[in-house]
Amino acid sequence: MLRFVLRRLLLAIPVLFGIIFVVFALARLIPGDPCRAQLGERATAAVCNDFIHRFGLDQPIPVQFGIYVGQLAHGDLGTSLKFGRPVTDLIIERLPVTVELTLVALLFATVLGILLGVVSASRRNSAVDVVTMFGANIGVSIPVFVLGLVLAWFFAVVLRGTPFALPPSGRLSSGISEIPLTEVWGLTGMQGPLRVLADFVSHMTIFNALLTGQWGPLGDALRHMILPAVALGTIPLAIIARMTRSSLLDVMGLDYIRTARAKGLTERLVVLRHGLRNALLPVVTIIGLQLGGLLSGAVLTETIFNLSGVGRTVTEAITGRDYVVIQGLTIVIAVGYLLINLIVDVSYAYLDPRIRLS
Amino acid sequence: MASTAPLAEQSLDQPLVARPANLWRDTLRNLLGQRSAQAGLVLLGVVLLMAVAAPILATHGETTNMLDAGETRATGAVRNAAPCIHLLGCAASKSQHILGLDSNLRDEYSRVIYASRVSLEVGFFTVGIAIIIGTVLGAIAGYAGGWADNLVMRVMDVLLAFPALVLAIAIVTVLGPSLINAQIAVAIVGIPVYARVMRASVLSIRERDFVTASRALGASSYDILLRRILPNALTPLIVQGTLGIAGAILDVAALSFLGLGSQPPAADWGSMIGDARNVVFVAPWLVLAPGAAIAIMVLGFNLLGDGLRDALDPRLNR
Repeated sequence: MLRFVLRRLLLAIPVLFGIIFVVFALARLIPGDPCRAQLGERATAAVCNDFIHRFGLDQPIPVQFGIYVGQLAHGDLGTSLKFGRPVTDLIIERLPVTVELTLVALLFATVLGILLGVVSASRRNSAVDVVTMFGANIGVSIPVFVLGLVLAWFFAVVLRGTPFALPPSGRLSSGISEIPLTEVWGLTGMQGPLRVLADFVSHMTIFNALLTGQWGPLGDALRHMILPAVALGTIPLAIIARMTRSSLLDVMGLDYIRTARAKGLTERLVVLRHGLRNALLPVVTIIGLQLGGLLSGAVLTETIFNLSGVGRTVTEAITGRDYVVIQGLTIVIAVGYLLINLIVDVSYAYLDPRIRLS
Repeated sequence: MASTAPLAEQSLDQPLVARPANLWRDTLRNLLGQRSAQAGLVLLGVVLLMAVAAPILATHGETTNMLDAGETRATGAVRNAAPCIHLLGCAASKSQHILGLDSNLRDEYSRVIYASRVSLEVGFFTVGIAIIIGTVLGAIAGYAGGWADNLVMRVMDVLLAFPALVLAIAIVTVLGPSLINAQIAVAIVGIPVYARVMRASVLSIRERDFVTASRALGASSYDILLRRILPNALTPLIVQGTLGIAGAILDVAALSFLGLGSQPPAADWGSMIGDARNVVFVAPWLVLAPGAAIAIMVLGFNLLGDGLRDALDPRLNR
């Protein structure tokens, strides 16, 4: 197992360098002048020269690349041209928004998807099955941005004034704020990686409220999360439900299921304990494969629901020619995605001992 | 005994001539017998009809401002005007607009109809480019092996390491926002899938006996790839391609929605939704109509792709 993980990590190194190179090259190829994009059209030549010199943009490109890789090795992602703040600070502040959104969407998709898949498979060709599979086909065909806008309109305008109305933007209602867990737990003096982790978690409104017992803000944060999570989670939900159904139907035709039935187990036990356990294996792979789509969808969801996560920050940085932020965030997203895929591979091999770890 | 010689000749000959024709005919029959494929073909037929007959079906021009078309505020030519259908009780003094007007006083229904042309073209062009490049790269990697294989597949790994839309956004920013550049960006992002499918097919087919036989007969590598391996690798490529069209339409629409694809005043479902984004609370039909159009088209390709997969793979019949 350890050898398998090490091998996969070694194989990831050239890919990692490829990512850094591609991102750096793309960021430099974006047309337009970073100085004028940041300081406005009327910035004078002298001001711009100073700006370009300050951020090292007057160096030859290969030198810039060398400096950048050197900085990366020290965990330094540079300083944003626009905000004048280290990119790592931006990441600690905004990545949690995306992580939280993606996690909630994935949780929604997985739980409901497996449930619907199991119900459809065990009542094959019933009304429930037909409706679910029809819904799943529609679900994978609606663009995230259409679903998001329609949900926002329906729950904020049509249902306005009813108990089912939901907020269409932001993370907390105005007037409601959370105390970050670093303050609640008296960690403000702490330094180092643990502090970074604490800050990271405290920027996830739901987890922060949950961990520190701020029940009022927790309810508000959850209400704000429902629409974006449903918009983002619907495509994976449909895919997971379909996969669970077809995988469970495959398994239920096998001999050991007949044995289980023959020895007199209830249908519920046969499906849940014997069938589902084996049927979930391909579902795990599918869930892992959904993560790339979720990150893509997060860009759109964050734009529609006004959430300042990394997806929206990257698109804004691209329009603002903020090279440093584009590079830093894209690299972090790609590396995170690489790690997630590695974890999915390893867990798959762990779940199914028949898979050769080679 | 005398009849064995011609029989042997026949059995050598016949499968080679007859089977491909049968395969395609069987596939078509399987496909048309399937409910999902039937539904998909019907939906795509509707979209195709919209695209072909757009000038007949549309009531107004694609980019015509209603004030230029002789309407006034009194006849209902206001920004984001609600749908007005005479049959459903809309005052006869107002001019009829089935899906209302957009913020530039253009007839939304006509724009939705015309935009079907863009999306059909987007789907086939984008996936066409991705399949051609992906197939060539996959064939090289699978057939040549060694360092060429390693190089190509590592580059594909790098492309796959980015979430699709993030990479597409970055590429289209470099190329400059336009519909064609959005299509190129989505095509580039789609290449690795086809390269992987083709490489896997090549790897499994190139060791088969009939390929060895061709090589023994002196066929060149080019001949073997084109005449022996490609036809046998087509099945997964067609299935993947049909499903890929659905994905490509969604991705290009997303780029247009963000303002990086189709540019005004051209009618395109994605950019129409992007334009209507800020008025969705007062004029939801401006999002619902093009949104439903995208969903119908994508659903059509998804259903057809599912049907094709089942029709081409007898093991998957359920």
